Amino acid sequence: MPEAGFLSALPINEFVFFINKVLIGGLIIGSVYALGAIGVTLILGILRFAHFPHGDMMTAGAFFALVCVGLAPHVGDVFGLPSAFVLMPVAMAATAAMAVWLDKAFYAPLRRANVKPVVMVMSSVGVMLMLQGLIRLFAGTGTRQLESGLKDIYRIPLAGRDIVVTQPQLLLFIFTAASVVALHFFLTRSRMGKAMRAVADNADLARISGISIEHVVRTTWIIAGALAAAGGTLLALDVTFKADLSFNIILPVFAAAIVGGVGQPYGAIVGGMLVGFTETLAVFNWSVLLRPLRPLLPDFIEIPAKIAFVPTEYKIVVPFFILIAVLIWRPTGIFKGRSN
Amino acid sequence: MARPSSAMRDVSLFAGLAVVIALVFAWLGTAYGVRMLVEASCYAIIALGLTIQWGYAGLFNVGVMGFIALAAFATVLISFPVNTAFWNGNGPALLFWAALYLVVGVAITYALSRTHRLGLPKSLRTLLTLISAAVTYLAVQGALDPAATVIESEAGFVGGFGLPVWLGWLVGGIAAGGLGWIMGKITLGLRADYMAIATLGISEIVKAFLKNADWLTRGTLTVSPLPWPVPTPDELGFVMARSAYLCVTAAMIVIIYVLLQRAWASPWGRMMRAIRDNELSAAAMGKDINRRRLEMFVIGNVIIGIGGAALITFTSIFDPSAFAPLNHTFLIWVMVILGGAGNNLGTIFGAFLVYVIWIMSEPVALFVFQQMEIWGARLFDWQAPADLHTRALQMRVFVIGLTITLVLRYAPQGLIPEKVMKHD
Repeated sequence: MPEAGFLSALPINEFVFFINKVLIGGLIIGSVYALGAIGVTLILGILRFAHFPHGDMMTAGAFFALVCVGLAPHVGDVFGLPSAFVLMPVAMAATAAMAVWLDKAFYAPLRRANVKPVVMVMSSVGVMLMLQGLIRLFAGTGTRQLESGLKDIYRIPLAGRDIVVTQPQLLLFIFTAASVVALHFFLTRSRMGKAMRAVADNADLARISGISIEHVVRTTWIIAGALAAAGGTLLALDVTFKADLSFNIILPVFAAAIVGGVGQPYGAIVGGMLVGFTETLAVFNWSVLLRPLRPLLPDFIEIPAKIAFVPTEYKIVVPFFILIAVLIWRPTGIFKGRSN
Repeated sequence: MARPSSAMRDVSLFAGLAVVIALVFAWLGTAYGVRMLVEASCYAIIALGLTIQWGYAGLFNVGVMGFIALAAFATVLISFPVNTAFWNGNGPALLFWAALYLVVGVAITYALSRTHRLGLPKSLRTLLTLISAAVTYLAVQGALDPAATVIESEAGFVGGFGLPVWLGWLVGGIAAGGLGWIMGKITLGLRADYMAIATLGISEIVKAFLKNADWLTRGTLTVSPLPWPVPTPDELGFVMARSAYLCVTAAMIVIIYVLLQRAWASPWGRMMRAIRDNELSAAAMGKDINRRRLEMFVIGNVIIGIGGAALITFTSIFDPSAFAPLNHTFLIWVMVILGGAGNNLGTIFGAFLVYVIWIMSEPVALFVFQQMEIWGARLFDWQAPADLHTRALQMRVFVIGLTITLVLRYAPQGLIPEKVMKHD
């Protein structure tokens, strides 16, 4: 904040900075977490195990988008949108197919053998390592830009300063909102959506009412895979593509799913936003907002140069503490998910 | 599958392992071979700790690496030579104040969290507790930040206490166990996956803390050389010094193995298996399941901590950024489930076998990819990426994952399965 102090009479400057940093930053990262957490919560609710490879599935989706962009780099020019966004449905379909195949190859046999849930979790960790190895083998360990060239930036002027939103960020909001609405109608209106909710509620009762568990499981994987791919692609479009996203994103995603209540897609969205906003609020430098108050305060009170709840290096701590707090006080999550 | 007598199978498996190790010795020399054996024996100790958690109690600990890092740090703190620049400077006084804030703050917070016994409404109690916790946090952070700056500019980092290494290992084990106790208290009553998620989180946090707390651990600058419990290679030469270290770790394995076998055969061990195999009926028999599981988790973590401390002491360098989940957590998982969860002998066998394979797989992976590069260029005119070598090593991650999934599916018992005891 180099220009803090110029307009110190009016806090509008700092306020816009706050909006840029916290409101928009929180919405973006919250949307990404929400897109991941919907899948995790559906899998936790219907298949009843913590799906560790979800972070890698997101990376894999972004990687498929990267490959698509490499094959057809100028598709986006027709629409005036980034090519990666236009080609995202392909990546989503590929990831959904991959998710269904992974289930068939690795989880379905264990499910048939009726193993304990812990064994499923372990197996999912094995799958996570395999995906990680493959992604790094094909994509390398460095970072890559998904979109060459500059991003379109929209500026909304507000009393002298601009609220800055890039095009990928806008696309991310729009996509998340649209998929939330679509998911809502799918779950409440369609036969399959109702069947999914029934299985999540009580699998045995659903089975004897004639719901095909197999279909429900397949649909779950398709939704989870497609949304994970979208989240990963949009995140990579906003920042960069990195092969080792896995551990950094899986913890906040789990936290979001558990905070929202296991098996509750709406809860996952709320949880994702909650975790995202808490993260940005926790690392935000609050002294920026206090600085305009400087002339009003008596001299003996000093405003430190940096007041943040959590130093940026410890960002990973934030979702963990949310998780622990929820597990202690309300293990079922905000929206009363299942706890057994 | 025809079942030969289990003793025969065990003997032949161990004989095969001995042949493989002998080949490594012949190929790469004695100094390298002994080093490999020492590291494998440290991994075997860690794997024994994990087999308690997984094989005895069915607990899924994804955060092995975090517990190892914490134990290794405790060892550094106890056994690293005293840093006089730190003790002569202003650092200790500043740290003392931060510690005082912490103790007072925690005491007040704890007292407030108990006030409902005096008749305070619960919502008010929660509010007061949260406020007190936040104030404590801010006060400690505010006291610690200048202390860290002073220490870093005056002395670099706090150094150690210069005490014997074995004490460091013990403290490391206790620290890991203590962290495990807290984790277990929170997560053990909930569904099994929550524990996995929580352990993953705690290990990432321990890693982040150790990496960024430069005043305490020197962060990315790393601490070395760590003192050894036996004479170092400078004094005795590589082979002798490493052999001496191997004697120490081997003795530890024997002691832990004997103790675990005794525990396994005791009524206590039988109760643990009962809880693992049928929680409901064990509960019906009046066993306190969560308490017993907590016991298991803590004991396992203590052993993991001791083994991890021994491992890091042997490498002689404490590098907080080197605790990659791959090299510790999941390699050890493969050791346990491949060797045979719930069978201590199988776990030790798995640890040695997997570690030898792991060490040897690096040159093999590089060789395979080099050949691919050569043939790919010759046949298809394929331009290999420049970082092919770092990528080739990633294939080892893939193989670990594949092994986990395949073993769980086709041989959930492992190579040396748990012996089911029959009491007639």
